[in-house]
Amino acid sequence: MPENNLIVLKNIHKTYQMGQEQVHALAGVSIKVPKGSFWAIMGASGSGKSTMMNLMGCLDRPTSGTYHLNNRDVSQLDDDELSDIRLQNIGFIFQSFNLIPQLTVLENIELPMFYQGHEPDKCSERAREMVELVGLTDRLKHRPTELSGGQQQRVAIARSLVNDPPLILADEPTGNLDTATGEQILDILIDLNKKGKTIIMITHEDDVAKHAPNRIHMIDGRIAEREVYIA
Amino acid sequence: MRNSKFMRNFKLGLKDLLLHKGRSILTSLGVVFGVGSVIAMLSVGEGASEQAMDHIRRLGSNNILISSVRPSDDSKSGAEKNTRLNIYGLLYNDELRIKQSNIHVVQTAPAKIIKKLSRLGEKKLELRVVGTTPTWFEVVKRPFIVGRQIMQTDLDNHSAVCVLTEHGARKMLATENTIGQTITIGGDVFEVIGILSSDEAEGAMQTPDQRTDAYIPINVCRAVWGESVFQRSSGSFLLERVELHKIIVEVDDMDHVEETAESINAMLSRFHKKEDYHVNIPLTLLRQAEATKKTFNIVLGSIAGISLLVGGIGIMNIMLASVTERTREIGVRRAIGAKRSQIIMQFLVETVVLSGLGGIVGILVGISIPWAITKLTGMPTIVPMYSIVLSLGISMTIGIVFGIYPAMRAANLDPIEALRHE
Repeated sequence: MPENNLIVLKNIHKTYQMGQEQVHALAGVSIKVPKGSFWAIMGASGSGKSTMMNLMGCLDRPTSGTYHLNNRDVSQLDDDELSDIRLQNIGFIFQSFNLIPQLTVLENIELPMFYQGHEPDKCSERAREMVELVGLTDRLKHRPTELSGGQQQRVAIARSLVNDPPLILADEPTGNLDTATGEQILDILIDLNKKGKTIIMITHEDDVAKHAPNRIHMIDGRIAEREVYIA
Repeated sequence: MRNSKFMRNFKLGLKDLLLHKGRSILTSLGVVFGVGSVIAMLSVGEGASEQAMDHIRRLGSNNILISSVRPSDDSKSGAEKNTRLNIYGLLYNDELRIKQSNIHVVQTAPAKIIKKLSRLGEKKLELRVVGTTPTWFEVVKRPFIVGRQIMQTDLDNHSAVCVLTEHGARKMLATENTIGQTITIGGDVFEVIGILSSDEAEGAMQTPDQRTDAYIPINVCRAVWGESVFQRSSGSFLLERVELHKIIVEVDDMDHVEETAESINAMLSRFHKKEDYHVNIPLTLLRQAEATKKTFNIVLGSIAGISLLVGGIGIMNIMLASVTERTREIGVRRAIGAKRSQIIMQFLVETVVLSGLGGIVGILVGISIPWAITKLTGMPTIVPMYSIVLSLGISMTIGIVFGIYPAMRAANLDPIEALRHE
């Protein structure tokens, strides 16, 4: 297996039991994501892109098939091990930002470091660096509800970066933003990709997806089309 | 590092609670009142029982108290019913018999008690004259304020001397010279040789000494007033003949008190046809008081336990609501990488802080209630240290016990479902 692949999915199936019926959310997906690449996963609702996202984000386990993340087989790890993988390797960015309302901007960004068990001083120092990166230095003590959507998403990006994970998973990162703000957020993601982060973005908008050099179209739990950019 | 981590958990928990101030306060009220009432009730109970114990202890736990009792009318024979002379009670010989019949008896103190009016100049006071021997002062251990006790030589010389108690002495002598002062008791002149201290509060029924006691040598008492006393009862005069009103028996060891009392009782019953005496054991009273206190504490404990349980259920209820309300937050934390144990810890810290703070406020409430009771009613209260430790411990335990279920619920949420929660 080549060393430069961050994600290797092999023949992944995910089946849900819904009453009497079996629903095949993913029906044999294989994909290789090289380190430092930028991908968009596209598809209508129900196409299996969210299930893909959950699997790659180690929030869920495949029914069958193998998933190697950073050369480690993570397909059948237990809950604590998966938590650890998420903590070290993955930064999440959500459509609805998902900041914790009772914490300040700084505390929200510190949170992943807190779970890693770092000293408070180190957490706050690193969190400040991240805030600077997304340009919100004057909002440190504000609560998420006092910020605009674009600002909140920038805080979420800072939070996803604070533990310096190799992989950033963005689930419709611009879905709740107007076009201009969405563009700004995408610019930040593109910039991060240039700095070496592997980015996988889920979207159903072509305009957003076109920013990613590599695109996957999903239909009925399968990859219907790949547009892979070869440098 | 562990410590700072704990502090952060604590601060985060506190922060979440402060975000819902009103709700947190209402939630912890159950614990506040639970803990407060435990401490308040225990304090009042402790105060009351301590007071009772103190009275009993003053009798001496090594002592046996035998008192003369006027027999009830039905125990008299027909002929006796009409006689004007009523003879009953303990005899001088009884004291000797007690002293000789039992190896555990260390010493005995007799008391012949007569009420007499005493005078000093214009001042008058009815004293309880107690004719006794030097052993009284050794058996009923009361400190002397001034002067000395009655000695064997006083008996040998038939000296007309008396020892007053503080209260009586204040009333009679006021600020005048005390020791060496002569007063008349029932027409006879006595020299004051000592003053005993006395409590401000009137002693309990069974306390052998009282505030207006005047102790004189027993043989002087017999010589001056004889054995018979006029009693006024329902309009007619009745002559009573009682040799000794009380005998206090000191036993060598607490463990022998009960058997000695039994054997004395058995011995006396052979010499007394009527039930004209009563044997009292302060130790038994003490044990009874202790048993009562124990029962009392168990009852209080159960009531308090129930109220704390209700408080705990209140906390659990709110925490379950909080978990539902914060489902999405839990999902986010899990996605970021929080382990189940860390989610459990987060919610546990909140409930423990909630119940712990409730407990601390409860302790303040619990301490101030007895304080107010003492201030307002003068009733003695004692806040026992163990009640504070106990109730703080219980409230923390409640936080953990009733917090664990909501915390587990939170931790076991599926992160994907939780993230989707609106």
